[in-house]
Amino acid sequence: MRGRLLLLALLLAAGPAWAEHPAECRVAENLVEPSFRLPRVTKALAAKRLTILVVGAGSSQLPGSGGTSSAYPGRLQHTLSEQLRGVEVKVTTDVKAGRTAAEMVKSLPAALSASKPSLLVWQTGTVDAMLAVDPDQFSQALDKGIKAAHSAGADVVLINAQYSPRTESMIALGTYVEDMRWVALQQEVPLFDRFSIMKLWGDLGTFDLYSATKKLDIAERVHDCIGRLLADLVIAAAKPEEPPTNGSR
Amino acid sequence: MAPVSTERDLRLDLFRGLALWLIFLDHIPSNAVNWVTIRNYGFSDATEIFVFISGYTAAFVYGRAMQQHGFIIASARVLKRAWQIYVAHVFLLAIYLAEIAYVSNSFDNPLYTEEMGVLDFLKNPDVTILQALLLKFKPVNMDVLPLYILLLAWFPPMLWLLLRAPSIALITSASVYALMWLFEWNIPAYPSGTWVFNPFAWQLLFVFGAWCALGGAQNLSRWIHSPVLIGLAITYLLFAFAIAMTWYFPRLAVYVPKAVGDAIYPIDKTNLDVLRILHFLALAVITVAVVPRDWPALKSWIFWPAIVCGQHSLETFCLGVFLSFAGHFVFTEVSNRVLTQVIVSFAGIAVMVATAALISWYRQAERRGGGPHPPAAKPGYAGGDV
Repeated sequence: MRGRLLLLALLLAAGPAWAEHPAECRVAENLVEPSFRLPRVTKALAAKRLTILVVGAGSSQLPGSGGTSSAYPGRLQHTLSEQLRGVEVKVTTDVKAGRTAAEMVKSLPAALSASKPSLLVWQTGTVDAMLAVDPDQFSQALDKGIKAAHSAGADVVLINAQYSPRTESMIALGTYVEDMRWVALQQEVPLFDRFSIMKLWGDLGTFDLYSATKKLDIAERVHDCIGRLLADLVIAAAKPEEPPTNGSR
Repeated sequence: MAPVSTERDLRLDLFRGLALWLIFLDHIPSNAVNWVTIRNYGFSDATEIFVFISGYTAAFVYGRAMQQHGFIIASARVLKRAWQIYVAHVFLLAIYLAEIAYVSNSFDNPLYTEEMGVLDFLKNPDVTILQALLLKFKPVNMDVLPLYILLLAWFPPMLWLLLRAPSIALITSASVYALMWLFEWNIPAYPSGTWVFNPFAWQLLFVFGAWCALGGAQNLSRWIHSPVLIGLAITYLLFAFAIAMTWYFPRLAVYVPKAVGDAIYPIDKTNLDVLRILHFLALAVITVAVVPRDWPALKSWIFWPAIVCGQHSLETFCLGVFLSFAGHFVFTEVSNRVLTQVIVSFAGIAVMVATAALISWYRQAERRGGGPHPPAAKPGYAGGDV
């Protein structure tokens, strides 16, 4: 009940600007922070052609036949196409479960030169935490990947691990989430804070992330919201003018 | 140099007991109650307190044993203690395996197929369990005991040196710390990476605790009570507090000058960052200034629950790790409402206190001659646990 009241309060506060997203997504929209600009995306939007490469591991896909289109990369393409009328939006993916950041960096040059994106959306950290990869090596891999993308002419948005309450006592995500935040700040790339967003959903009861369900419905709704909020971040960070100041939020 | 006093400093037990409570609270993921723990307000956390006080009490107890019974006997006792901790670690591992096996059989949410990969090690338990027995596979939140085992295993020669040339012992320890940073020493872990608590780094705090117990604290007391040092400590704590606030309110982060951010981040817990040591020392200086050794309240009932936990730290620590598993289990299976989190947190601490009190009572009964051993058989425990 408390969760619903909060949800309602947040809805009322949210205003009409984001009205196109379902309410459950908008609960977390305050956590979407376009902290840095995406100049290459701005240019691509001006040229009416936006190509995005999503590189990720298992949490960037959903099982099943409709997995590709219902996972967040597909939802991102859908939302961007809807909101950026007249821009040709293409999202390609390089997603494979069980990969660490260092492993993704290895296949990054090939993927970048194949699709020539203006934006790399890079989801990583979970597998590194599961294998307890040396945090220094994790940070170095992030640095390396960001540099590779920049020199290939692509902006970067980082996505951190999912919030997963059931496995919290088994996977120590903390260090990797913090390290990614720090790398994003140093390299001046926006971070899509999926961890905090999903934690808020879990805490407020927006989505039941504890559920032992085998069904896809909640997973699909979560991915839909992530795709939509990610689209918001990309559009906000690609706006040509200065980012909104603190007061205007 | 002689151990300074024969009477146990109750402040040590008090703060170790409190540290154990905080470690318990911090180990329950997503626990609303752990906003009270000190890691949220500065750089260091309860681990520093625990390691420092463990070094202090180890020197206090085994230093006396080494002076009275010689190097061999005292070393044997230290190693016996290390063995007890090893057994405790394996016991906790069994509980952890039970929990993880349960989750792997009951939870199959398609949103979390990737995260379920953490359970893959159940497919080859031969390797995993062997690595765990070698202290290389260390599940989440089970890093402190392996550190403690190694620190104790290394302690006999260090104690020998501390009793003869305390300054040289401290310099040796600091040199190991410095060399660790220089050459990036650490112990490899399984399946990859290194130990979460680098023993080459954390030994410094343990040895410093031991050094303080063997007279160092008295030598320092003139400095510790100087207003200048107290002023510096307060300033540093306020600085750390201000930085910590920017972690929770990212909007404040813009007020941290880039130069300051570049200088302090990342604050490395694995290798016991200097900022963390300083934060712990500042806390210690303030604590010693505020809480005198002979403070009458230390003997009152208010502090008894924490003190009794601190006096039986190994049992309380292990129980705390188990209870944090159990607490998280309640959150996932029953309810994760804030009220449940508060109840689970307080109930856990109550169980820790009750168990420590029971152990304390039994030890006293044993010592009075009710137990199977004559009192002389357990001199190492005089005045409580290590």
